[in-house]
Amino acid sequence: MARIIIPTPLRKFTSNQANFEAEGKTVSEAILALTTSYGNLKQHLVDDEGKLRSFVRVYLGDEDINVLQKEATPIEKDSIISIIPAIAGGIA
Amino acid sequence: MEKLSFSKEELERYSRHLIIPEFNIEGQKKLKAAKVLVVGSGGLGSPLLLYLTAAGVGTIGIVDFDVVDSSNLQRQVLFGEENVGEAKVDAAKKRLSALNPHIKIITYNTHLNNQNALDIIKDYDVVADGTDNFPTRYLVNDACVLLDKVNVYASIFRFEGQASVFNQLQEDGTRGPNYRDLFPSPPPPGLVPSCAEGGVIGVLPGILGSIQANEVIKVISGVGETLSGRLFLFDAASFETRTLKVQKSPTNPLNGENPSQTELIDYQQFCGVGIEEDVALSENVVKPISVEAFLELKQSGEDYQLIDVREAFEFEIAEMGGELIPLATIAQNADRISKDKKVIIHCKAGKRSADAIKTLQSTYGFTNLYNLEGGILAWAEKADTALARY
Repeated sequence: MARIIIPTPLRKFTSNQANFEAEGKTVSEAILALTTSYGNLKQHLVDDEGKLRSFVRVYLGDEDINVLQKEATPIEKDSIISIIPAIAGGIA
Repeated sequence: MEKLSFSKEELERYSRHLIIPEFNIEGQKKLKAAKVLVVGSGGLGSPLLLYLTAAGVGTIGIVDFDVVDSSNLQRQVLFGEENVGEAKVDAAKKRLSALNPHIKIITYNTHLNNQNALDIIKDYDVVADGTDNFPTRYLVNDACVLLDKVNVYASIFRFEGQASVFNQLQEDGTRGPNYRDLFPSPPPPGLVPSCAEGGVIGVLPGILGSIQANEVIKVISGVGETLSGRLFLFDAASFETRTLKVQKSPTNPLNGENPSQTELIDYQQFCGVGIEEDVALSENVVKPISVEAFLELKQSGEDYQLIDVREAFEFEIAEMGGELIPLATIAQNADRISKDKKVIIHCKAGKRSADAIKTLQSTYGFTNLYNLEGGILAWAEKADTALARY
């Protein structure tokens, strides 16, 4: 299963879990598996249509999925998906 | 550059740089000729300023509006107990001048804003961003892109840090990616942790600020490969590091394919600061209660309920007799909250309690909720000075 690394600011929605093992063939399916397990996380990652929000960056390995096939980017069993949040340093 | 020379004292001071073959006296001359502006002299700015000063960067500017607070000392190693209450830029200048008298230190005891940013930044070669909020992050980035300055970036949250080098001149004559290529727009205020929920492990800004200082020195000296086009991520808890590629975005409003922004904007508005409150006023009013009014209520004998929506670990630091229901669990505990008497809700400073009240009012129809203005911090300041302010 692919591993999704959850950034610190979002861990309060994943019971403080830093990693999530996700089933799925694409980035989109993996994110759906994550937000299905942790419902409160959903609004922070995707909009009502299930599209990734503009302020969330998602990486497959060291590549931004926007330069791959975006949400449709295929993933492998050993893929590492990173969710990169904008952090400012304490004061939002 | 050739005219720059070093005194005997300087040669001895910088000798460990001078004997690195690829750095040598040419690298040291570049540092001495360089002007670096450090925005924010806090957790990141402390190690940054100490190392840049020690390394021999000739001119260092410091922007900070704040005064030293005792809660800074856990991570802001530039300052000591004797500086509490002093303007940060003044305390910093004293410390840095004592560390290296060969450096010119210029201080700006002000908020960097869209009125003064271009004027301040234009005199520098490199900017190091050690700020702590989104509006200033975007302001620093945009000003650097508009003025063709390199922006050495680092940011921290709890155990997690990020670093990169933005807008650096590449070999092909173009500029590398900038902050807006990575994050085109900030998350709306409601979707990011508020300051009171933040926190940072004290060593982390030391690590990231040192990485920032190293990148500044590489940018100036031309030695090594900087983080331009890459984002470094560090999790101090798991000790995982990742380095991801940052691509230029064709839709970047500053220097994408169709640039639409040629000057600085209103960054408070851009980041939605204050807007949420306006919406709240029109749709879902949060009624405030001052510390003074709450004191009167307590003394009047009228029945009331006090709810504390902070986290358990904050409750351990200081509490004022409220029932602890952390914000994230407020909805499932709505039945514990009275609808028959005044209910005062508080958090650390008033933001989370306002969010709790909005949720309870809109979803559960409460009409008897009051937000303690300034939270437990205000209570500790005005009513119970024995409480720790954290």
